[in-house]
Amino acid sequence: MTEPMLTVKDLHAFYGKSHVLRGVHMEIMPGEVIALLGRNGVGRSTTAKAIMGEVPPKGEITFKGQRIDGLESYRIAHLGLGYVPESRDIFPMMTVRENLILGIKDMKKPGRWTIEEMLEMFPNLKERADNLAGVLSGGEKQMLTMCRTLMGNPDLIIIDEPTEGLAPKIVQQVGDMIADIARAGVAILLVEQKLSIALRIAARVYVMGHGEIVYEGTPEDFKTRADIRKEWLEV
Amino acid sequence: METIVFSLLNGVIYGLLLFMLSSGLTLIFSMMGVLNFAHASFYMLGAYFAYSIAGVTNFWIALILAPVLVGLVGAAVEKWGLRSVHANGHVAELLFTFGLAYLIDEVVKIIWGRNAVDYRVPELLDFPMFELFGAQYPAYRVFILLVSVGMLAALWFILNRTRAGLIIQAALTHPHMVGHLGHNVPRIFMSVFGAGCALAGLAGVIGGNYLVTDPAMAVQMGPIVFVVVVVGGLGSLTGAFLAAMLLGLMQTFAVGIDASFADIFGWLGLSATSELGGITIASLAPMIPFLMLVLILMVRPRGLMGDREL
Repeated sequence: MTEPMLTVKDLHAFYGKSHVLRGVHMEIMPGEVIALLGRNGVGRSTTAKAIMGEVPPKGEITFKGQRIDGLESYRIAHLGLGYVPESRDIFPMMTVRENLILGIKDMKKPGRWTIEEMLEMFPNLKERADNLAGVLSGGEKQMLTMCRTLMGNPDLIIIDEPTEGLAPKIVQQVGDMIADIARAGVAILLVEQKLSIALRIAARVYVMGHGEIVYEGTPEDFKTRADIRKEWLEV
Repeated sequence: METIVFSLLNGVIYGLLLFMLSSGLTLIFSMMGVLNFAHASFYMLGAYFAYSIAGVTNFWIALILAPVLVGLVGAAVEKWGLRSVHANGHVAELLFTFGLAYLIDEVVKIIWGRNAVDYRVPELLDFPMFELFGAQYPAYRVFILLVSVGMLAALWFILNRTRAGLIIQAALTHPHMVGHLGHNVPRIFMSVFGAGCALAGLAGVIGGNYLVTDPAMAVQMGPIVFVVVVVGGLGSLTGAFLAAMLLGLMQTFAVGIDASFADIFGWLGLSATSELGGITIASLAPMIPFLMLVLILMVRPRGLMGDREL
């Protein structure tokens, strides 16, 4: 049995006085795809932010055997943890190619993909390589932000709500892309609302409610648990 | 014609000096979110450092060394001062830079005295470059022009054509994301602060002997530089450039105009001997920057090229 790549133990987080995460436990194995489900406001995005150090975490977060809670975000990134935030945060005044260049952490250490290879894989982006990123469509921006993080050669990538606000056809494309990333051997923590995408890709499912993990299981098991869906997911 | 050509040249030079000062300030503003009140003090430090270094070596060594030293002082201030203040919010940062400006002023007075120092134009450049309409034009002003344009080109190249420049630009607008991509944002901020101070220092080195090097130079220049940054649009280098040029030219031309209110409003029956009529356009020159500041804040609060409001 190999060691988990990421271990989250008793993670708490606060926004001012409100106690948002109340002891989250989570494990991700190398190359594993995990879906983190739950209703809006239960703390899924905060979990992602706390792991990445954007929200001060209280608890124990270990990545590849090293404690990362309290580390500066660039150090966490250098350990091989990539983050695609919900806000996407592309650099709008730079071209698609320049955005990708900024994803490279160290020009002397080439990653899995070069910029040209990345553009070959995603023809929509290739067509727009020299356009300003700010004029891309929502789906293209989402692809760009994922590609940009991949340029940094992460071993685990946390993707927060990638399909939010996208048209159904584009949702399908983004889903395909996440499946491609998984096939390349990158572990993924996918924060997602849409069960169709999450259950198609994930090897394991976590459901959050009120700042805690309330269910953990395989997609097959999850499909039989109408009670969980009713209590924690359906509106 | 003679007045126009010379005013144009002098205005451009003054504008370029203003831009050198405000370019650093506007970059630092984008990064901190507050104006750095001590920025003009780094300009003063540049002039005094150059004066002392030139005293023991020569101007050319001072030209390189003084801005580097000012940049190091700036980087140290960011690393050991501002960074810890930052956690307590913008007001604390603003007050910190305010106090720092006075601190530098006092240190300068203690070390170099209260009177102006004899910081001179280097002999090598102390000759008339060319003669126009019977008047001579000093070579040193042409030198200021060349250094400023060279600095401008270097700054543009670094920010727009190098990866480091792209990282800086991205860090100014999306610091969290740039951190998540593995770039050391605190170090980037320290470098930008240091480089901005070095630019102010360079303006001091080449401007201190052209204008004057005394303990009041920071207080005189500071407000004008703020005007440039606000009028140009907070955080916009292009805007700062336009505003600096505009201000430089307007102020220089106003000084050069030999007219009074009586000449302009004479048709109203205003006589040159009356109090109002006796006011000359030249005497209004110092007012121009602040008039522009007030007007732009009323009419276009985000400045000429800025993308955010104050």
